[in-house]
Amino acid sequence: MSGSQTKKKPQQGADGERRLNMIEAINDALDVMMERDENVVVFGEDAGYFGGVFRCTAGLQEKYGKSRAFDAPISECGIMGVAVGMGAYGLRPVPEIQFADYIYPGYDQIVSEAARLRYRSAGEFTSPITIRSPYGGGIFGGQTHSQSPEALFTHISGVKTVVPSTPHDAKGLLIAAIEDNDPVLFFEPKRIYNGPFEGYYDKPAAAWRSHPDSATPEGYYKIELGKANVVREGEALTVLAYGTMVHVAKKVCEEKGVDAEVIDLRSLVPLDIDTIEASVEKTGKCLIVHEASRTSGFGAELSALVQERCFYHLEAPIERVTGFDTPYPHSLEWAYFPGPVRIGQAIDRLLQE
Amino acid sequence: MAGNGTNDRRGNLPPLSLHVPEPNFRPGDAVDFSHIGVTEPGAQPRPDEACEAAETHPLCNDLIRVLGDDDKAHGPWDPKLDPDTLRRMLQAMATTRAFDERMFRGQRQGKTSFYMKCTGEEATSISASMALADDDMVFPSYRQQGILIQRGYPLVEMINQIYSNAGDKLKGRQLPIMYCSREHSFYTISGNLATQLPQAVGYSMASAIKGDTRIAATWVGDGSTAEGDFHAACTFASVYRAPVILNVVNNQWAISSFSGFAGAENATFAARAIGYGIAGLRVDGNDALACYAAERWAANRARANAGPTLIEFFSYRAEGHSTSDDPSGYRSAQEREEWPLGDPVMRLKKHLIALGEWDEERQEEMDRKAAEAVKAATKEAEKLGTLGHGMHQPFETMFEDVYEEMPWHLREQCEQSLREKEIKFGKGDPK
Repeated sequence: MSGSQTKKKPQQGADGERRLNMIEAINDALDVMMERDENVVVFGEDAGYFGGVFRCTAGLQEKYGKSRAFDAPISECGIMGVAVGMGAYGLRPVPEIQFADYIYPGYDQIVSEAARLRYRSAGEFTSPITIRSPYGGGIFGGQTHSQSPEALFTHISGVKTVVPSTPHDAKGLLIAAIEDNDPVLFFEPKRIYNGPFEGYYDKPAAAWRSHPDSATPEGYYKIELGKANVVREGEALTVLAYGTMVHVAKKVCEEKGVDAEVIDLRSLVPLDIDTIEASVEKTGKCLIVHEASRTSGFGAELSALVQERCFYHLEAPIERVTGFDTPYPHSLEWAYFPGPVRIGQAIDRLLQE
Repeated sequence: MAGNGTNDRRGNLPPLSLHVPEPNFRPGDAVDFSHIGVTEPGAQPRPDEACEAAETHPLCNDLIRVLGDDDKAHGPWDPKLDPDTLRRMLQAMATTRAFDERMFRGQRQGKTSFYMKCTGEEATSISASMALADDDMVFPSYRQQGILIQRGYPLVEMINQIYSNAGDKLKGRQLPIMYCSREHSFYTISGNLATQLPQAVGYSMASAIKGDTRIAATWVGDGSTAEGDFHAACTFASVYRAPVILNVVNNQWAISSFSGFAGAENATFAARAIGYGIAGLRVDGNDALACYAAERWAANRARANAGPTLIEFFSYRAEGHSTSDDPSGYRSAQEREEWPLGDPVMRLKKHLIALGEWDEERQEEMDRKAAEAVKAATKEAEKLGTLGHGMHQPFETMFEDVYEEMPWHLREQCEQSLREKEIKFGKGDPK
């Protein structure tokens, strides 16, 4: 991929629809918002001239100028700190943290500053910031290019956390995040940037082009934060997932011929509790799947909520399938990853009850 | 065998030892400040405001002073302010000092939980703030109450905040003295130190992106220059030549840790500017005219798109860190008396008297009126309650402003708090 994303002719599917991969969809959302709102600025390490190591910001500097799309020093603390200041001025910054694994030096600026600015100033200053960051494993990235730190942010009052699973959703959710007047963590599952991943690392990678959810309309549209997507309807059990794991979980259910309802949460905070409750009340069984490690992961919160709100509908203990509580390994990545075997076993346990 | 071995470089050297800084004086010690280089007022050159940053770097190891022992202004840094401006400066200082006195006592009387005085450091905020435009955004730390007073923020609003009472615009959410007023271009204060520095840089970058004329200025103590945020701010300010002023108030003490724990044994704070390639000035922070002149120089430089400035105000924290601190446990009480750069308010007063524009009677009158104004504001604020005597905000306000719109989980928790309130207090308001 080279040169300007924004000038590139979009691919078309066999049905004539506009097909984008997730990188192109994110780039398209940024382009749409920079066009619509002069206060939108993007910046980050390698995000300016070069257009980002994953090319999500490609072409934006050329189109909107260096003062609206620029490179930043290797300082996540500084990137987040200046984003808070820009937001206080009235801009709508969209900083990129090159890998979610690098976000920790900026954590204080997100947690103590961006998240609480509206509250502590009683609304005089706000943080309309969208923090984009490639996230998750499955690319042999080792400890420092594979983590899923969403629970470190869902625990924080005042920020929203969004994880898209398709190009179509990535564009609509990113536009909604940028327009949101609160700070949003927008975690982009990098394993599915170029194609959906169904958990079989040993099979050829698929491209988004042949997947129905790569159909990405031109121009402006948004998907409201806090609205989950039921990607597969079913009666036998409910699967709660987000990001890459939506595709993996869905595939396992299809292969096993299980009549599962698979819910793509899309946004963790705010959470679409109504959709979750309605589904678990219908199925009586709940499986939670995420890539992040287990202890105090977001699955623990989901499990508690389902137990608190759907207890008398449950017919089996809630199951959690997650990464292990180890640092993210390199060579043993596929032993760590919550793949089809781990998910399949959990489904079997649930259906035995 | 590969490698260099381990014994070759050891020779007869003694074992390694760790240097842990130690201040010159501890409680009970006699104090001698003769090692502090007190420079000749008026002797420091004043480069052009748009000069190369390097031209200012000798000033990072100097000390810009204007007011001499003769109470007159000297040299190229004399801002040549008219007497009315000087009297306004003195007035803001008198009010700040009276305010500090009364709020400190209020804390001791149980009207609030916490207070912080700025005694001895008034010039670093008030004189500096007077050198800015009123709509330049200031990103203060916790000891810049002088800026709010100088910008005309009502005292009663400040006290409402300190009391977290029904009139507190911040709805009782912030620790006392963590003020905020967008109307006065006074950014919300954070208790996490130095976070405001990269934010000020970002604000000023935004101003530059939008082709605005407003700049930003931020204040930090000597101790918190050790935070990564300070260095991130310097890097971003340098890289983007941001129209920002980074003010370091070196008051020698960070609670009980002397400035040596931020590196002051080895370099001045102003000298941090040299490594970042930005303009730097080291200023007598107890010299109101020098503080004004330095801040004005930096403001003009920023507004001319010539880049950021790091200013070190060399001063002394005359009182404890806060109402929760007792400095007699870690430093010599003599330090305050022996401080070689004097008291900023006294020095400004004597300068005005030397100009024939002021006298002791008028000063007494000013101090008395300042105390009366503070007292009146205190009485006014107390009508709206004091901290710990009743809950002054509706419970719902605890859940508002977390997000622009309240999500379901906060709505549920808000309803729970209202149920708890009814169980505890019945249908009436909590006393």
